Amino acid sequence: MVAPDNGSRKFATTRNACKLCTPLGASLAFRGIENCVPILHGSQGCSTYIRRYLISHFKEPVDIASSNFTEESAIFGGGTNLKTALDNVIRQYNPSVVGVATTCLSETIGDDVDRLVREYLAERSGQNLPPVVSVSTPSYSGTHREGFFRAVKGVLDVSAEPGVTNGRVNLIPGMVSPADLRSLKETLAAFGVPFTLLPDWSETMDGGTWDEYRKIPEGGTTLADIAAAGSANATFEFSGANADRESPAELLRERFGIASYRMNWPVGVIATDHFIRTLSEVTGHEVPNSFEQERARLVDSYIDAHKHLAGVRALVYGDADFVAAAAGFLDEIGVTPAWLATGERNGTLVRALDGMLPNSRSQSRILEDIDFATLQDLGWDDRPDLLVGNSRGYGLSRRLEIPLVRAGFPIHDRVGGARIRMLGYAGTQELFDRVVNALIGAKQDHSPVGWSYM
Amino acid sequence: MVDILEARKRSVLKKGRDAYALDCDQASLAGSVSQRACVFCGSRVVLYPIADALHIVHGPIGCAAYTWDIRGSLSSGPELHRMSFSTDLRETEVIHGGEKKLAAALDELIPYYRPKAAFIYSTCIVGLIGDDVWAVCRKAEAKHGIPVIPVHSEGFRGTKKDGYKAACDALFRLVGTDDESSVPNHSINILGDFNLAGETWIIKEYYRRMGIEVTSCITGDGRVDEIRRAHRASLNVVQCSGSMTSLAKQMQAKYSQPFIRVSYFGFEDMAKSLYDVAAHFNDTEITGKARELVTVEMAKFYPLVMGYRSDLEGKKAAIYVGGSFKAFSLVKALRHVGMIVAVVGSQTGNREDYETLQSICDEGTVIVDDTNPLELSRFMQEKGVDLLIGGVKERPIAYKMGVAFCDHNHERKIALAGFEGMLNFVKEVHASVTSPVFRLSPAWKQRHGL
Repeated sequence: MVAPDNGSRKFATTRNACKLCTPLGASLAFRGIENCVPILHGSQGCSTYIRRYLISHFKEPVDIASSNFTEESAIFGGGTNLKTALDNVIRQYNPSVVGVATTCLSETIGDDVDRLVREYLAERSGQNLPPVVSVSTPSYSGTHREGFFRAVKGVLDVSAEPGVTNGRVNLIPGMVSPADLRSLKETLAAFGVPFTLLPDWSETMDGGTWDEYRKIPEGGTTLADIAAAGSANATFEFSGANADRESPAELLRERFGIASYRMNWPVGVIATDHFIRTLSEVTGHEVPNSFEQERARLVDSYIDAHKHLAGVRALVYGDADFVAAAAGFLDEIGVTPAWLATGERNGTLVRALDGMLPNSRSQSRILEDIDFATLQDLGWDDRPDLLVGNSRGYGLSRRLEIPLVRAGFPIHDRVGGARIRMLGYAGTQELFDRVVNALIGAKQDHSPVGWSYM
Repeated sequence: MVDILEARKRSVLKKGRDAYALDCDQASLAGSVSQRACVFCGSRVVLYPIADALHIVHGPIGCAAYTWDIRGSLSSGPELHRMSFSTDLRETEVIHGGEKKLAAALDELIPYYRPKAAFIYSTCIVGLIGDDVWAVCRKAEAKHGIPVIPVHSEGFRGTKKDGYKAACDALFRLVGTDDESSVPNHSINILGDFNLAGETWIIKEYYRRMGIEVTSCITGDGRVDEIRRAHRASLNVVQCSGSMTSLAKQMQAKYSQPFIRVSYFGFEDMAKSLYDVAAHFNDTEITGKARELVTVEMAKFYPLVMGYRSDLEGKKAAIYVGGSFKAFSLVKALRHVGMIVAVVGSQTGNREDYETLQSICDEGTVIVDDTNPLELSRFMQEKGVDLLIGGVKERPIAYKMGVAFCDHNHERKIALAGFEGMLNFVKEVHASVTSPVFRLSPAWKQRHGL
């Protein structure tokens, strides 16, 4: 595998970051649990900024509470504020679970949130209080993707219970879209086994219109399903970037002896084959015919369009799991994912790409700890033909006058970010069509003739 | 229907029913899901539009990432303000301090981007890890020969309003540092307009037509050199008074510059602003020109606005915005098209502001400070409103309830200030209120008894 290249980064300062902070990921994970309200233990701004960022992508109400630090709490500790926040959240929202994520502020002053939560629950032991899950997510450590998995792990740590196995399958997706979550659920259902999809924000973050205002949007993984995750047969975890110690699936394996299948997002034929075949083996259920048909159509379309892709080189950017998945897909359709950029560091992307990119490995350059200004500054005498990533790369796409296929998070400059699909054969089909059409469209727009056929 | 938290009960009142003074101007209640941000946010939004300055956020990545290119503040020249610079502190700096990294940031960014000044925003942990930001700034100033100004914006040190104050303090360090440039007699500074969608340009043009020169726009389409000579103008005209009054007061104390408060939203307040500025100069020519301008603009835009009235008349609105002065203007503006304000509130109003708000609202109007989604949705439902005016975080509340929405926040890309802004505003409101899509919403049907 190509070694990560940090030589391109000339500045100590991060300019136009290609990452977000850990509490954002944790908040999203908590929002995928049924009737759960997240609290960020820190300043009011953390929750408000993260709400605004999530709302701009999902276009749904996103209530995230704050313990609202003051100068006093920064000096004497945020315990009192956290307890007030818990009281008020429980009173107002009547949640089934409260998820507390820390911030750089509460971590730096050394608040022991686990202890504070235990104290809180003990002080009110007579009351019927919901479980409170806390997770450590200082934003100086890791990125939104890592915060997401920490929260998932924290939830399982507290709520998964041992039991008699009954063929259940756990699935821990990465930060994929609600539409992709919905198709994952259909896939699991098609294999006829009970499952725990954790977290599941397919409805909470992409819901329908309402008849009256709801305190907490419907949907999400139930506490019962989370408890049952401890008695599953197998856990699928879609993250090639997670180290063992970061992996929720590893936690379940160690604690309950549940087989762990960790893989990249199933994007593309090869990656989806791996997921579907493993799922078939684990469940003992044959691959349903509908999947074979989707797969055949996908391969057929690859062949139909392959000439449009020959020689095309793409820049893919975003969190490590997204980049690895998109790169794997591009590699198999004959596009060279020549630049693979992430704001993450510590080798997460290298790990996620391990053994991947059979066709283009030697022509792919990994850019770790990258930011968008550094990407802009690369000069680009040798420019890519295509960008694949979130809205934040629009400036680069505009400057280089090359098409951007929007996927990942955040999608702030288009509607439908929550409905973008790329997982499984059917999701890949949508991504594939968008990639090919973006290239054809760019050629058509720049053609002096303006053909109305390909 | 949601109960209002005990500690918040006095932050809500119904005009005509409740006699108490509204609880306001205090820290948000933990766990209440306030729509406010933090001190850093207050500073960042005020200084953001200064387009030839570096804005370096000193702290871990979040604060910078969430404020990258998020304001509709336009620049007629440089666009440094649309960049997001962060020292991106990691564990090592949290343990050993971030001063070195900040100094390195200044040393690499200043020669590269050649800014006219640099603002260094402290985020929550900077004070806690013991960084002497002042010292780093002073050193960089001496080394690079530009003002390097610390902004005390640690998120927990108060509310968004304290962030405004920190930004004003930072600006005040620039004001008066250029005493050489000459400034005409009839000159003003525009304070508290942020050139969203080019609004400052609209207002500046009005003043030009009145024969008044604008010395400095603080901070819309802002430039460091203009701010440095702002003390030479004869009047500070302050919009968004919540954010900018403290700078105006400091300038008044030090440079004897008087200030007046204005609002550029809606016909009435826009016209009044121009007349008030004219009155300050007490010059018949300026007054005459102001009158002429208002007459011309009203003749042009009033009939166009009135064209929308029949569709909007009698509809009910809720307003929840950052500053209370904007709320006053919106109440009046909506009246022009026959709309009734049933719910109104702000994030940062003070007691005096809420008294004013009460005095201009109809009986029965719900007035609220620092509200949250559950309360807001409750009041909207109770009152059966047809429209909500707010920002990004309020928008989905409206839409889920089948209620029309008008963006009146700092992200907007449509100019809502000035006479033409009033037309844009009414068009925005009209486009949403009359959209057929709401008729498919179950909440809308319920509200209309269908």
